[in-house]
Formats: sequence, structure tokens, C-alpha cells
Amino acid sequence: MTLLQTNNLSAFYGDFQALFGVDVTIDEGEAVAIIGANGAGKTTLLRSVAGALPVTRDSVQFDGVPIGGRSAHDLVLLGIAMVPEGRRLFPSLTVEENLLLGGHSKRAGAWNLKRIYDLFPRLYDLRRMPAPTLSGGQQQMAAIGRALMSNPRLLLCDELSLGLAPVVIRDIYASLPVIAAERTAVVLVEQDINRALDATSRFYCLLEGRLKLTELSKHFDRAAITAAYFGL
Amino acid sequence: MQTERVERATKASRIAAVAIVPFLAVLASLPWWGDSGDMRLVGEMAYYLALAQLWNLLAGYAGLASVGQQAYVGLGGYAFFYMTGVLNINVYPAFILAGLFAGLMSIPVSFAVFRLRGAYFAIGTWVVSEVFALSASLITVMGGGAGTSLTPAILREISANRSSRETIIYFATLASSIIVCAVVYFLLRSRHGLALTAIRDSEPASASLGVNTFRTKLLIYVATAACTGLIGGLIFLQKLRISPEAGFSLNDWTVVVIFMVVIGGIGTIEGPFVGLIVYFVLREFLADYGSIYLIFMGALAIGVMLLAPAGIWGFVLQRYGLQLFPIQRRLVVVS
Amino acid sequence: MEWLNILIQGCLLGGIYALFAIGLSLSFGIMRLVNIAHGDLIILSAYAALVVTQQTGLDPISSLVIVVPVMFGLGYAVQRGLLNFTLTGGLLPPLLVTFGISIIIQNGLLQVFGAYTRRLQEGAIETASLQLPGGISVGVYPLIVFVVALVSVGSLQLLFYRTGIGRAFRAVSDDADTAELMGIDNRKLYALALGIAMIFTAIAGVLFAIRTIFDPSSGPIRLILAFEAVIIGGLGNIWGTLAGGVLLGVSQAIGAALSPTWQILAGHIAFLIVLIVRPSGLFPRTRD
Repeated sequence: MTLLQTNNLSAFYGDFQALFGVDVTIDEGEAVAIIGANGAGKTTLLRSVAGALPVTRDSVQFDGVPIGGRSAHDLVLLGIAMVPEGRRLFPSLTVEENLLLGGHSKRAGAWNLKRIYDLFPRLYDLRRMPAPTLSGGQQQMAAIGRALMSNPRLLLCDELSLGLAPVVIRDIYASLPVIAAERTAVVLVEQDINRALDATSRFYCLLEGRLKLTELSKHFDRAAITAAYFGL
Repeated sequence: MQTERVERATKASRIAAVAIVPFLAVLASLPWWGDSGDMRLVGEMAYYLALAQLWNLLAGYAGLASVGQQAYVGLGGYAFFYMTGVLNINVYPAFILAGLFAGLMSIPVSFAVFRLRGAYFAIGTWVVSEVFALSASLITVMGGGAGTSLTPAILREISANRSSRETIIYFATLASSIIVCAVVYFLLRSRHGLALTAIRDSEPASASLGVNTFRTKLLIYVATAACTGLIGGLIFLQKLRISPEAGFSLNDWTVVVIFMVVIGGIGTIEGPFVGLIVYFVLREFLADYGSIYLIFMGALAIGVMLLAPAGIWGFVLQRYGLQLFPIQRRLVVVS
Repeated sequence: MEWLNILIQGCLLGGIYALFAIGLSLSFGIMRLVNIAHGDLIILSAYAALVVTQQTGLDPISSLVIVVPVMFGLGYAVQRGLLNFTLTGGLLPPLLVTFGISIIIQNGLLQVFGAYTRRLQEGAIETASLQLPGGISVGVYPLIVFVVALVSVGSLQLLFYRTGIGRAFRAVSDDADTAELMGIDNRKLYALALGIAMIFTAIAGVLFAIRTIFDPSSGPIRLILAFEAVIIGGLGNIWGTLAGGVLLGVSQAIGAALSPTWQILAGHIAFLIVLIVRPSGLFPRTRD
């Protein structure tokens, strides 16, 4: 069952073109990785899908319905949620308030405050702390929890492992199977290829705004990926 | 072998440069074929143009959107009246000194207001102007809240004859306006102008390239204040009397000026000219309906800001690339 | 004792200044919008109350029942229909559009009501006073205004920190882009913010117009007073705005004690001193 499909998706920042006709497909409940070097367009792709960038109407389809160009808050209601690059928790809010904010759209589903605390027990202890006081790993958990509160069908994760220690990254990735159990499709944008490929069934590799390679994650060929990643 | 040349003039600007001469000649000859009312109107247009160019320089180029320039109009006016009336300085040097006084006063003001940004800077400059206005109303020798008038003796320094006095004041206003416009134009053509455009586009970027943004902005602020003060002296010489409310009037010296620049096209030299024409046309046509023309201008300014933020001339510039007062340099290859 | 009297009068004066400032503080805190028309909206509220009292025979304070919802709706509509479009263009569009609105309101009021000064009549309560020990006399009306200011600030704090919508406001104020990604419709929230700001602006306008004469040009000075209170108190902090109002009031009271003509000027000077010595205000909270 195709959940998300991009058709010849191009995206611009003003006059600068960041994506050139990218075609990506995500099925329901699938975990897909998007890898590539800095500036390859990975975040741009996520933001285009999430409604944070203006794109043409038919270039993004969700559940068969064209959603390109619709505003981000509308798409949350449809079931698309984002864990932004750099976490972007709200500094004036406590951890619990950040989580509750994630539930602003009041979408029904399996996730609620209690279940988020079950998934990330540490957050329960920290729930009354202002968000900026948390460590990087804790903030990442809170950001994931915040996105889950909207009960998404598609979870877009931008660079979960950025700036985190390997031990912490392992803990965060351990939560992904629980998320997957709810039939939530997950898109992982990562620069750390190994983690991303371990946790997903398929991957796409972008280079300078263009799709260079797509494969099953288990058929991971170092030479092919290196060529696609660096454009050699 | 190719050689390159840096060019600035456009075809339109060359035409304009030529056409402006007969136009100025017509204006200069006004005393011989027009009456006092005509001279007063053209004089008013001239000093509003100067004020508009100065505000455009400040806000459109240096990014200092001040809503307090009326402070310097009032300071210049009061300084002129004080110097001629109390210190008995001759009228002509008093003008220059009034301008210098306004420029000097802008230095401590800048210490206070440069700490603010954006709309806060704007309101801060307004508060400063209110402080000056209130202070002026406390100075009894200048008539306190009621203000003061120029004495006939001062007027006689210009000329004993009323008609020749009006002519002299008219020429002085015209000349000052032309000089201010010329100064603004040549400033923007110079490397200082290039620095300003860079600051306007991106302050951090230009700072990282070595542009001393603070000093440049301070220089522009002080220079603008001084010129505004000089114009202020001229304005109130013509009005023959000054009061805190008139001297520091937001409506007369800032609202109208801002509307002219915004509607005409902020950030272009041609813009204030266009805005000037729009304002005077509107004012003349709607004069019978009270202050409706101000409501009109307010709505027009809002419409321009939302639909065509570059103003009328900005639209023309984008659409047709027409430049009458070109500032940008182009590289021309001459092989 | 004289000093205590000045302090008390200044504090009470601060009440109305704080009320003036709340709307400005809200719209800046949430939308980063400095509404140049703010003072004129205060005066517009006063004129609205004038019309309502004339048409219905209600007293001014009761007229708030009609004036407040009307001004709320006006704020919502103006933000949604006009000001929301100025927020992305840089610093000039919001400045110049609110400037334009200010001029339109002033001249519109002038055309409709003329330049005559007006005052709203509430009756005996305007001049009633309480006698405190030590021979200090405190006006009942300024005390009421101060209490209204306290309640207003307190209720806003409750709104911001105890409700879901308050949470949304704080989130948008922190990071508008991410708030959108979390499902918040910024446009509606901004409109609601200005609507709420207008509730307090309307209250301020009516309460002020009962004790002070006003005319169409009375707006700008109110904007300046509100602005001074916000800057002195520190941006992004509603209690700070109350403190700023009180400090402004006290400065003015001190100035007035020296000489009545020095009252407003003393406030300006206090503002400029805070600006030079501590530009972010006394209790700042907003990052910019």
C-alpha cells in the first residue's frame, strides 16, 4: 500500500534549485532511509513533504491525494509529522509541555502522553524541566515523542543521530521498532549510513538534489553507495 | 585583446541629464512669471523633496527607519530663530549654523537610539523628538509653548523689499533642495553608497567584508540630521514663526515624507520625485474634503507595502529597468 | 510622607500605563509586531464607548460589554486580513502598514467626530477617594484601574502558562516555523493574539477616557507611553510590563511634583536612561 509518493519533485529556495525531479515511494509501515552528503537535498525533501516548502500540487501524493504546497499544519492533521533537524524543541516550554504541544492537532491514535513516557522513561523524570536543560540525546527523545503525539502515519526524522554519542544513538534507534509496530511509516534522513541501513528496508541516495541510487538496504554495496554518495 | 570599462549611465539617464536643464531653467524663472503663491508652492515642493531624499537615504539605504526626523526640522528651526533673534547672528550664516547644530545634537541621540532595532528604533527616535518638543516648550525666551516669531529686523537682513525677499528665499529653497538631491546622488554613487547598499542588503555580510557598519550608519545619521536641520531653518523662515507643535510636528515633517518615499519607491533616487508628485496631486484635488487625502495616502501606503513594496518607481525599475539617476556600475566589455 | 504620596500616586498611574502596554507587549511577544497604530486603537475604543453610551444610555464601564467584543473582532480581522501579510517582508512592511493604519484611524475619527475634546462620564466614582493613615488620600478610581491592571496581567499569565492555547502562543513565539510543523495554524493564532490584545486595549481605552479628555489626535502619545512601559519593563514579560508601567508612573509623579509641566518629560527621560543603561529592560525574557 503506497502511502507517500513524490512525482518529479523539484524544490527551490528563492532562485536556488535544491531538488531536481526526485521520485520517492514510501509504503505504509515501511522504514526507508534517505542518505547523502551535506547539501544533497535530504532535508529539503523532508520539508517539501511536510509542507514547509512550496511545491507544485501534484509533485507529492499522500494516500493517493495530491498534497503538494499544502501548509504544514494541514498535513499534520492528515498524519504527517516531522522530527526536525537539530531537535527544535520549544525553549520556553517544559518537556511535558513540548509533548502536549505535539498533540495540538488532537489526532486520534495509539500514542498519548503515558505511552510516550513508557517508550522513553527518562522523559518522565525530566517532564517538568525546561527543554533547553536536557542533554542532546534526551532532547532527541523528546522531539520524537512530540512528533508521535500527533499519531502520524508518516514520521519524518531528520538527522536523529546528529551530534550524539554512539551509546545514545543506539538507545534512540531502539525506539524505532516500537514506532513501527503501530504501522507508522518512518523516513530516516541520516549521514551515518550504517545505522540508517540497519534500521530500514530500503534506501535512497541523493547527490546535489538528484536521486542517484535506490536499493534494498540489505543489498548494501559499499562501492555503489560511495559512488552515489560522493558522485565519483 | 579585450578591455573592460565600468559604466554607469543608461540611455534614459543621459536623456534625463539633458532634459533636466531646461526644467530647472523654468523653475528658476518662476519669480518673473509666477506670483507669491506659486513660489510658495514650488518652494514647498522643493523642501519636501529634500526631506524625502534625506529620509530615503536614511531608511531606504542605511536601513535606519526613523520616525523622528521631525526632531531635526524643529531643532534647525529653533536654532535659526535663536541665533537670529537672540544671538543676533546674520541670517545667512545662521542657516548653516542651524544645520550644524542639528547635526551635533544627533550625535548624543544616536547613542540612545542606535541600541534599538527595527520598529523599536523607529519609536525610540519618535520619543526623542517628543523630548525635544517638550524641552522647547519649556524655554521661555523662545516663547514657551506658544512659540515665537521672526522680527522685521531679521527679515530686513535678507531684503527690505518684500517681493525681492520672497524671491531670495525661493532661490535659497530651490538651491538647497538641488544641493541636497545632488549630495545624496553623488554619495550613493561613491564607494560610501556601495557600502550602504551592502549594509542594506546584509549587515553581517558587509561587516565581515570590512565595511564599518556602525560608523557608516552614524555618518549618514548625522549628515542627514544636519541637512534636515538646515531645511528646517528654511521652512520656518518662510513660515515666519515657530512653535513646538509646528516645529516638531510628526504629521507635517514625517508622515508626509514617509508616504512620499514609500509610495514613490523606497531605495531609489527617482522614488521621492514620484511620491512628491502623487502627494501634491492628491492634496490639491482632495483639498476640499478636509483630511480625507491623508486617509487616501494611508490606504495607498498600505496597498503599496502589501502589493508593490518597491513603490511606483520600484515597479517601473523592475519592469522596464528604467534608471534616470543611475547608481549601479556595469561592466562593459570593449574589444 | 510627601514621598510616600508621590510613590503611591505614581504606582496607581502605572496601572493605566500597564493597561496601555499590555496589548503592545502581547503583539510583540507573539508576532514580533510593533503596532504603530496601538495608541490610536486605544482612542478608537474610547470613541466606540462614546457611541455606545450615547446610543444605549449605558455608562462607560458597562459599555465594555459591547466595546470589548467589537474590538476583539476588529483585531482578529485586521491581523488575519492585513497584518499577517506583512510579517515576512522584513522590517519596513509591518512598520509602514501599521503606520498607515494609524493615520487612517486618526483622520477617520477626525472626519467623523471632529476635533472636539471628549470625555466619558462614569459619575461619582471618578472623584471618590479613600483616606489612608498618614493623611494620604488615594483616589478610588485610580485604585480600581490599578486592580484591573493587576487582574489583567494575572489572567494573561494564567492563559499563557495554564492553558493549551497559551502553550501554543509560547511555542509560536519561540519558533514559528516548528510550531507550524506541529500542527499549529500560525495565521489563526496571530489573529487570536491581536484579538486578545485588543480586549485589553479596549479596556484601557475606556478606563482612560473616563478620567482624561481625548480627541482624534490623542493616540500617538498613548503609543509612546505604552512603548516606554514595555521597554522599561523588558520585552516578553507580562509582569515586567506591569513593573515598567509602575516605574513610568512613578517617574512621572516625581517629575510632576517638581513642576506639572515636567510630568511627561520626566517619563521620557526615565525611559531614555533605561535605554542607555540597560537596553533590554529590567526583566527581559524574549530572545530576538
